[in-house]
Amino acid sequence: MIHTVRHGALAALACAGLLASTQASAQSAQDATLARNLAATCANCHGTNGQARGDMKPLAGMSADKLLALLADYRSGAQPATIMHQIVKGYTEPQLKLIAGYFAAQKPKQ
Amino acid sequence: MTRRTVNPSQIDPVSSPARRRWLAAGAALGGTALAGCTTMASGPSIGRVVVVGGGFGGATAARYLKMWGGNVDVTLVERNAQFVSCPISNLVVGGYRQIGDVTRGYDGLKALGVKVVQGDVVAIDAAAKKLRLASGTELAWDRLVLSPGIGFMTNEVGGLQGALDAGRVVHAWQAGAQTVALRNQLTAMRDGGVVAISIPKVPYRCPPGPYERACMIASYLKTAKPKSKLLVLDANPEVQSKKALFEKAFADHYKGILEYRPNAELKEVSGGVAKLEFEDVKADVLNVVPPQRAADLARTAGVVNINNRWAGVDWLTMESTAVKGVHVLGDATFPAPTMPKSGHMANQHAKLAAAAIIQLLKGEPVNATPVVMNTCYSFVTQRDVIHVASVHQYDAADKTVKPVPGSGGVSVAANQIEGRYALSWAENIWADMLAL
Repeated sequence: MIHTVRHGALAALACAGLLASTQASAQSAQDATLARNLAATCANCHGTNGQARGDMKPLAGMSADKLLALLADYRSGAQPATIMHQIVKGYTEPQLKLIAGYFAAQKPKQ
Repeated sequence: MTRRTVNPSQIDPVSSPARRRWLAAGAALGGTALAGCTTMASGPSIGRVVVVGGGFGGATAARYLKMWGGNVDVTLVERNAQFVSCPISNLVVGGYRQIGDVTRGYDGLKALGVKVVQGDVVAIDAAAKKLRLASGTELAWDRLVLSPGIGFMTNEVGGLQGALDAGRVVHAWQAGAQTVALRNQLTAMRDGGVVAISIPKVPYRCPPGPYERACMIASYLKTAKPKSKLLVLDANPEVQSKKALFEKAFADHYKGILEYRPNAELKEVSGGVAKLEFEDVKADVLNVVPPQRAADLARTAGVVNINNRWAGVDWLTMESTAVKGVHVLGDATFPAPTMPKSGHMANQHAKLAAAAIIQLLKGEPVNATPVVMNTCYSFVTQRDVIHVASVHQYDAADKTVKPVPGSGGVSVAANQIEGRYALSWAENIWADMLAL
């Protein structure tokens, strides 16, 4: 009986672990889609997937830490800007992290 | 496996020669050729989406449906052979750009696998999920995207339709031949002539657009025809966007040439005379931006359900609140609070819709927290530019997107750095929508 209970408990634990990992993977897929959607709001100026043309700053391949630091400086005013100090204030910190992660994973334009 | 499942019920005469070429190439080169194309969409199609209107909204939707959805069958129906951008077209009016500079093709979308069909939609059967073109071709869909742009309520101004038909008055509020016609009228006008611009009451496409146009025309007159005058006849009580910055530009650069008149609603057009409530204005060149509503195609589809003018949408999906399975983008929509009717915003609508449509086709939940943002640059001289920007986040309680308090704003002053950014913005958004 004890053996059975322990066996059952182990099975339940294993199930819980599997469930947690499935949930984590579903969550990460959702985050990836959300990151993609959020980053696409930047594309009008910074190019599709961050591959900018002309005088706009390319974001594709920029490290997430560097981009987040830059965005924080726009927000604080430490980095002067024409427009980014106004735009960055429209996004939450978790959204900016997703955006930065997405651009870091993109290939820079050749 | 790159070959898409061919649905026999799909009426698709335009792309069939292309498909035959694909199949022929596969047959000639054997299986390895097909296996080599793994970057192309594989497996059966997850659904058919027809997009009507190849402007900022529709073209972006087609591009992102392909880029994000992969094996979605996407057909883009557009009346014109090429895209002509309204943004930057005021530089053409001023003589600082040619119409070719704001014209781009649809080859990039075709290369992505979007079936681009040039034609006019004449009938939409939302229940049967199909539409018919003037050519008689029928297209069936699982989801329909309408990005039809604006229509003109010319009946609100006496004589306007006839004057537009005769070419005596131009609107130049849909870029292309009208833009060129306005430019030609300006160059043909004698020095000492009078140009008048009529601005309708809000809401209309591109809130700062008429004031940018005023600057561009005044800039041309100042250099080429300095004895001339420009009258800006605004039906609204004041400048509707970037007010202080435009007023400063009017005063700093165009004093003595440009005269701004608020509360000057156009009632009637007769010959070269613009009739207002209390006075008649005689103009050599009369540019009337007519009062606007969603384009007639939106009416045809049955999606016009707000004020008998605009299409209401669900801001999580851009799906019409009137007709299921039909998504509406851009200027034709009834906007969320403070949301401008702009090409930039239409592009953002399109990405929101593309993401949602792909998830709906897959039976997945849609993004519950969408964000859209807007940036609009306006030229006040040939090189000096001012902007307005805003960011809008979804509010679940009110089921709409709302501007984020403390975000957004306008330029401190007109400047040449933003002049360069404005042109780069155009190159980037045109590339983004058309896969250039």
